[in-house]
Amino acid sequence: MRSAFIQQLLEEAKNNNRIFLLVGDLGYSVVESFAEHFPDRFLNVGVAEQNMASIAAGLAKEGFIPFIYSIGNFPTLRCMEQIRYDICYHELAVKIIAVGGGYAYGSLGASHHTTEELGMLRTIPNMTVCAPADPIEAKELVKLAIQDNSPYYIRLSKNGEPILHSNFEIQNSEFRIKKGYPLLLHSLNSSNSAIFTTGVIAADALKFVAENSRNAAIYTFPFVKPIDRQALLPLFEKYENIITLEEHQASGGFGSAILECMNDLEETGQLRMHPKLKRVAIPDSFTHIAGSQAFLKKMNGLNLPLE
Amino acid sequence: MDKYQIFATQIRTEALKMVCRAKASHIGGALSMADILSVLYSDILQIDPQNPDACDRDRFILSKGHACTALYATLALKGFFPMEELSTYGQDNSRLMSHTNHKVPGVELSTGSLGHAFPVSCGLAYAARIKQETWKTYCLLSDGELDEGSNWEAFMFAAHHHLHNLTAIIDYNKIQAMGNTNEVICLEPLEDKLNAFGWNVISIDGHNYEIIEAALLQPTTKPKAVIAHTIKGKGVDFMENSLLWHYRNPTEEQLAEALAQLQIQNPKS
Repeated sequence: MRSAFIQQLLEEAKNNNRIFLLVGDLGYSVVESFAEHFPDRFLNVGVAEQNMASIAAGLAKEGFIPFIYSIGNFPTLRCMEQIRYDICYHELAVKIIAVGGGYAYGSLGASHHTTEELGMLRTIPNMTVCAPADPIEAKELVKLAIQDNSPYYIRLSKNGEPILHSNFEIQNSEFRIKKGYPLLLHSLNSSNSAIFTTGVIAADALKFVAENSRNAAIYTFPFVKPIDRQALLPLFEKYENIITLEEHQASGGFGSAILECMNDLEETGQLRMHPKLKRVAIPDSFTHIAGSQAFLKKMNGLNLPLE
Repeated sequence: MDKYQIFATQIRTEALKMVCRAKASHIGGALSMADILSVLYSDILQIDPQNPDACDRDRFILSKGHACTALYATLALKGFFPMEELSTYGQDNSRLMSHTNHKVPGVELSTGSLGHAFPVSCGLAYAARIKQETWKTYCLLSDGELDEGSNWEAFMFAAHHHLHNLTAIIDYNKIQAMGNTNEVICLEPLEDKLNAFGWNVISIDGHNYEIIEAALLQPTTKPKAVIAHTIKGKGVDFMENSLLWHYRNPTEEQLAEALAQLQIQNPKS
């Protein structure tokens, strides 16, 4: 996925001399091609994420479209106040890219587990929060982020994630992401259940449905914020049972965002009867053991229920 | 130098009236930097109050946003917005909030959380460099905010990239929110530290107009740090060097006394 990101950024930067890439001394074997092609628009600021976020704000104020890139918590939690105040308060078009979302760097420990940032970032006004499910979504989000003159966060995974959308109705040439809208990843006509997912854990949902012959539709949400309420209304009306699945703490994350939408639609009289909604997310806990991404997801209860 | 003194006295006068009216804090740090603002906005900054967003303007960023009364007064006196608006400072629905607000004409960046504006200034200076534009970036910091590590990340960055179009001015009034800087977290030897970080460091009396002007105009091949030794509350004897006036707002009687003192110091204003 990080390769898909840098390929797309390179492509865009060829035609847009405002695109700038800053890294916090991370991105070895990923960002070099950008640095070689556009040395004047590449900066390694060193291990200094607060400075990186603020420098990016300064560059954006002068008309550039800076992407800041680092691992998980470093370009997000480490510089949250710079994101809130320097970037979002001033409505500056800085694009924050984190690699290693969720437990992607599982064995590296809690410092590298990126499991709270979606919730934190989505509380900040003017911020768009994205978690692509596969490399195709990641590329589309890069394109959209460049067109959209506002702050973005894009949570990437690592490398080698499967392309999920290719087998379904969405083909590369026509694939377009619309801000705030979910994408149908898998559907069965008779289904009255759906799984809503964000990020690469969507692959788990696909596998689960296939292996267990479950009659459930799957939607990916490239956007954790905003989520268009009117786009969700027909889904809440259609499905009796919905499960939200995310590689994130249960508090304030993707499932919370869906619950908020459902509540607001019901509270305003637009939704007559809400579906039963189960959230699958990390239950307010840290991890103190080594483990692969798959192992840690299992240990932390990120399993879809059989019943 | 008379013009600088007259302008500085006007800035101090308006700042004092604003904090008194709004019952606001931070007058001490506004008075300590008034002379620096006077020189900057008289002759140094290439700016146009009629065109505050001109592409080729110099960028001035006040990092110590809590001392915004002096900047608002300066901008109003220069004609960026009407003087009458100063009376709304801190009032409901006023854009003159009690930390610097970028929605105010002439203000580049909202500040209030310390340790943010100087790194942003590095981004501005770097942008000017790669756009091959000749405008300069000036950032005025407090002494206490040098406790923030982000500022030292920025000092390293600017020196590494030879940002000689960037000037940091440190209002070194020696008093921060909870006490003297040498008692809270000692900054000394500050000049040596900044030299070691690769900056062109000039230590000055921050209330001597000729010296301020000379320091700001001095050519440099490195980023420039002007350590301006100042007096917190400068110009009003009962506010000078007093931590209390980081917080307290003057009564009407104290305001009258303060303005009378300024008048005696500078009858021409």
